[in-house]
Amino acid sequence: MEASAATSAEAVPRARARTARKPKRDRTPWYMWIAVVAIVLFCLFPFYWLINMSLKAGSDLNGSSVVPHHPTLTNYSAIFKNPDFIASLRNSAIVALITTALALIVGSFCAYALARLKLRGKAIILGLVLSITTFPQIAIAAPLFKLWSDIGIFDTYIGLIIPYLTFALPLAIFILVSFFREIPKDLEEAALVDGATRFQAFRKVVVPLAAPGLATAGILTFIAAWNEFLLAVTLTATTAARTVPAEISFFTGATEHQVPYGSIAAASVVISVPLILLVLLFQKRIVAGLTAGAVKG
Amino acid sequence: MATVANQAGAPAPTRRRSRSLSEKRLAVLMVSPSMILIALVAAWPIIYAIWLSLHQYSVRVAGLSRWVGADNYTSAVSSPDWRSALYHTIIFTVISVTLETMIGLGMALAMHRAFRGQGLLRTVVLVPWAVLTVVTAVMWRTMFVSPYGFINTILGTHTVWLGQEPYALIIIILADVWKTSPFIALLLLAGLQVIPDDIYEAAKVDGATAWQRFVRITLPLLKPAILVALIFRTLDALRIFDLPYVLTQGTVGTSTLSTIAQQTFATNRLYGQGAAMAILAFIIVMLVSFGYIRFVGGNIRGMTAE
Repeated sequence: MEASAATSAEAVPRARARTARKPKRDRTPWYMWIAVVAIVLFCLFPFYWLINMSLKAGSDLNGSSVVPHHPTLTNYSAIFKNPDFIASLRNSAIVALITTALALIVGSFCAYALARLKLRGKAIILGLVLSITTFPQIAIAAPLFKLWSDIGIFDTYIGLIIPYLTFALPLAIFILVSFFREIPKDLEEAALVDGATRFQAFRKVVVPLAAPGLATAGILTFIAAWNEFLLAVTLTATTAARTVPAEISFFTGATEHQVPYGSIAAASVVISVPLILLVLLFQKRIVAGLTAGAVKG
Repeated sequence: MATVANQAGAPAPTRRRSRSLSEKRLAVLMVSPSMILIALVAAWPIIYAIWLSLHQYSVRVAGLSRWVGADNYTSAVSSPDWRSALYHTIIFTVISVTLETMIGLGMALAMHRAFRGQGLLRTVVLVPWAVLTVVTAVMWRTMFVSPYGFINTILGTHTVWLGQEPYALIIIILADVWKTSPFIALLLLAGLQVIPDDIYEAAKVDGATAWQRFVRITLPLLKPAILVALIFRTLDALRIFDLPYVLTQGTVGTSTLSTIAQQTFATNRLYGQGAAMAILAFIIVMLVSFGYIRFVGGNIRGMTAE
């Protein structure tokens, strides 16, 4: 582009016009800056408030000030000495990781077949998968609450992982289909010509190439599973399987006075920070995954 | 490449046919685990819920039940509690989705125009999305509850915000708007970025004002993205559970279709009635999504079926 512009005399003014646009970009109008500041405040202030709460103790906590006067980490040390909280962290990690792994393995097969192979009724299958994502979780929680008690998997990991697949699997399939479609067909075809079977082509060529897609689908599925609340609070009863969101709601459950808001805030910060870091590290992928399908077509 | 193709030229026809046969079989094999799992974990529980909803279960004697037909449905639909839950859900959905779409659109336009701060904004906007819904509830609770929160201090009031009829629902709406407007902004920003600049340049040359360009170019071209955001947000809002459950336990005018059903079967152990309420929530969500597909089907077909 640059080289051709330099050699062709006619293109020079155009190239100059392009560079001339740059200073205009710098002259972002003042009201845009106000908008930018407003958005940043809107998005970050509530979370800042939570951090502020988590650093307060004693009389500081009742002061409602926006800055902690005597910042302290006592809430954090208290939360890490709480065995229920530690157990819920472990439960959440196990349930979310297994859900994600299952959804990725099973979902990638389905997504590949939908993206690449000859199959009748593809549109119907994809439509069905998509419609599952709109199912209200309550319609699954109600029967499973009774069923899991009857067959003895109420308050267990497996009792959570099974219903979690209802949202994890469609999410993974939907994201992976759009990623698999973007992988050039030539590479698979070369592998097929070299004598690989379709499944080998999928496993050895497509999966490695779709690694970014798998990462995106994995992160989004993990976040969805980590965040899930309705099933977690309905299908668990003890620290045997209760996940972090359910545990935190039990902290706040007692609406009477003397609710340990400092510790609740600290616990909330602790479980949010890894997620926020994950999101910041992989933000491009996450945005790509979230907007997949929304802008195409 | 060419030599490979030549070598493979002779046996190609037979191999191709067998490959395409096995390809179909492979496709079925690859799709079926997901389909079986989805049927098992989604369809079957719903069928079981319908079965439960047609029975009445004894609260005292475990396992004792009798067939009651549609009684659980008629009693739910005629009960004032369920009706007010439906009413709160509709109010919540209409107001929060409207606000989120408008704020999201505003944020997307600002992010699109702000050349300098765009990277920062894209990052910042993901923070509310990444914060757990339960944590969102904790956040908003601590801002409003005295003596911890600053809202009463700033306003000089002594209001018990989460204990009063309109305020509790308003705070739930605010919390939801905070959490999801940024997500809509990202969706719409992606939509804005595929609109070519030339169209705006041409409109400018023709003397169109900024408002005309927004109404005549931006909005029509952004319509598909706005519709997708609207549909997903509406269906999500109709099943709202976390925020009212954590902030108010569905009291003081914040019960929703999901909270009332959950409390009926899990807290009160009325399996039949709870299942009926869950199925009603399911039917309402399905009706709305079919309505959307019917109403705007042509606009989004390109996106889902592509």
